[in-house]
Amino acid sequence: MAKYSVFSLVRNALSYHENWQRAWRSPDPKPEYDILVIGGGGHGLATAHYLAKEHGINNVAVIEKGWLGGGNTARNTTIVRSNYLWDESAAIYEHSLKLWEGLSQDLNFNVMFSQRGVMNLAHNLHDWRELNRRVHAIRLNGVDSEILSAAQVKAEAPILNVSPDSRYPIIGASMQRRGGTARHDAVAWGYARAADQRGVDIIQNCEVTGFVINNGRVEGVETTRGPIKAKRVGVAVAGHSSVLADMAGFRMPVESNPLQALVSDPIKPVLDCVVMSSAVHVYISQSDRGEFVIGAGSDLHVSYSQRGSFEIIEGIMGALCELVPMVSRMKMMRQWGGVVDVTPDRSPIVGKTPVEGLFINCGWGTGGFKGTPGSGHAFAATLAAGEPNDMAGPFSLDRFRTGFLIDEAGAAAVAH
Amino acid sequence: MFLIDCPYCGPRQQTEFHCHGEAHIARPKDPDAISDVEWADYLFNRSNTKGVFYERWVHNHGCRRWFNLARDTVSDRILAVYRMGEKPPRVKK
Ligand SMILES: Cc1cc2nc3c(=O)[nH]c(=O)nc-3n(C[C@H](O)[C@H](O)[C@H](O)COP(=O)(O)OP(=O)(O)OC[C@H]3O[C@@H](n4cnc5c(N)ncnc54)[C@H](O)[C@@H]3O)c2cc1C
Ligand SMILES: [Zn+2]
Repeated sequence: MAKYSVFSLVRNALSYHENWQRAWRSPDPKPEYDILVIGGGGHGLATAHYLAKEHGINNVAVIEKGWLGGGNTARNTTIVRSNYLWDESAAIYEHSLKLWEGLSQDLNFNVMFSQRGVMNLAHNLHDWRELNRRVHAIRLNGVDSEILSAAQVKAEAPILNVSPDSRYPIIGASMQRRGGTARHDAVAWGYARAADQRGVDIIQNCEVTGFVINNGRVEGVETTRGPIKAKRVGVAVAGHSSVLADMAGFRMPVESNPLQALVSDPIKPVLDCVVMSSAVHVYISQSDRGEFVIGAGSDLHVSYSQRGSFEIIEGIMGALCELVPMVSRMKMMRQWGGVVDVTPDRSPIVGKTPVEGLFINCGWGTGGFKGTPGSGHAFAATLAAGEPNDMAGPFSLDRFRTGFLIDEAGAAAVAH
Repeated sequence: MFLIDCPYCGPRQQTEFHCHGEAHIARPKDPDAISDVEWADYLFNRSNTKGVFYERWVHNHGCRRWFNLARDTVSDRILAVYRMGEKPPRVKK
């Protein structure tokens, strides 16, 4: 497959860009693979890439029921950061962030990773104390994090309303400068292309409808395009994790909730970092096209409809008009929802299931885009060895029995 | 936004209610007598059904009473409303 470079761009310009090769093949499924990955979102595709690249296992297929990037991968607000509180989370998210830093080169695909900084606002004394504690804890884990005063917040993001009589006064913020945003489709496409190049079959429009399990061991899957055998199977289907677990005969500590986002009409550049407020559930950044990308909170009910409630949009827009008053004169162009897989401790599940040879990677919930490279890397190692690696270890499904929860829910109260 | 037919107040908009997740999860009678696996199943595992799902709601900004809904989690259509203590009705999508 051709390498993308400035030279290939010029060469293809000479033929009016009509001769670009397809970025990946579209093969029919083979009867058997060493490893099957279910779910062609970012996590599944990253898993396949690292299986081929780091473990030399390329008799692998990724099975996707729709199209690549049709799930949460390309529905999210693309915030990437690694400022998590607990050691286990810091390890996997920071590993992920380091992979992000070299991802475009690794994949030979521009994922437009922009380390523009991620700011988390504090609106009251409690927020402020908690934020200070977090910043120190995060720094002790060797992850960059700093504290900004209200004046510094204003200097970083002049569009914010820092007036003390605002409904949501800004006392200060934490800032992770290495955090930022990336182009979501490019992440799916880049991983797909790189995996395909190493021989991985990417099979779209193929839904897994059941598992073949004998004596407690998985031997393959049933799909809408026929049965496929495999020695090991990894499930990375985000919001559909419980559905797949149900097919395999076990239960999951996961609930699938709607999470929404929206974008404004495009304007000139006015915001060059990401601003998050967990107290009012607002997340805002400006895309390269000039649109504000705005993330909201999730609904609390189970839904697979990929639609959330209007009240959530109303709530977030009300808060945003107060935080960023200029927004009140803008129009919102598009709005959409995804199905996010939320666990009781808001931490992911990566590892074994009660079925031998069947592994699961899910529970990334409202914040798994940032985790895509780290998750794929850890899950690939787990699938290759048949045992969770050090990074995946603490995120076992079994932690809900042992009680070793990784309670980012209480710690962070941050959605993305 | 759902229009929820509270069994006590009639149809009101969703903002008046709060969803409390899956219904009909019985607390084990004797927690000390069961294994960690069973306790974890009660505490954390959820059906999270794609399709007809039975769930608890409370009418926070109304009568403040609890009741159950049967809802199709694919279409979000509400299929039945029934009171606490009543058997879940058999419903079709
Ligand atoms: C509105 C919104 C905003 C978000 N914002 C952020 C953010 O700012 N930062 C952040 O880090 N995270 C964010 N997230 C979370 C993030 O998007 C997810 O955690 C992450 O994308 C999930 O992993 P994935 O990419 O592999 O999932 P997906 O892209 O959903 O991939 C799962 C795939 O599995 C497929 N599948 C399902 N069932 C089957 C089957 N039976 N057979 C075959 N294939 C199947 C689906 O079609 C889907 O393509 C956000 C999510 C949403 C919805
Ligand atoms: Zn009522």
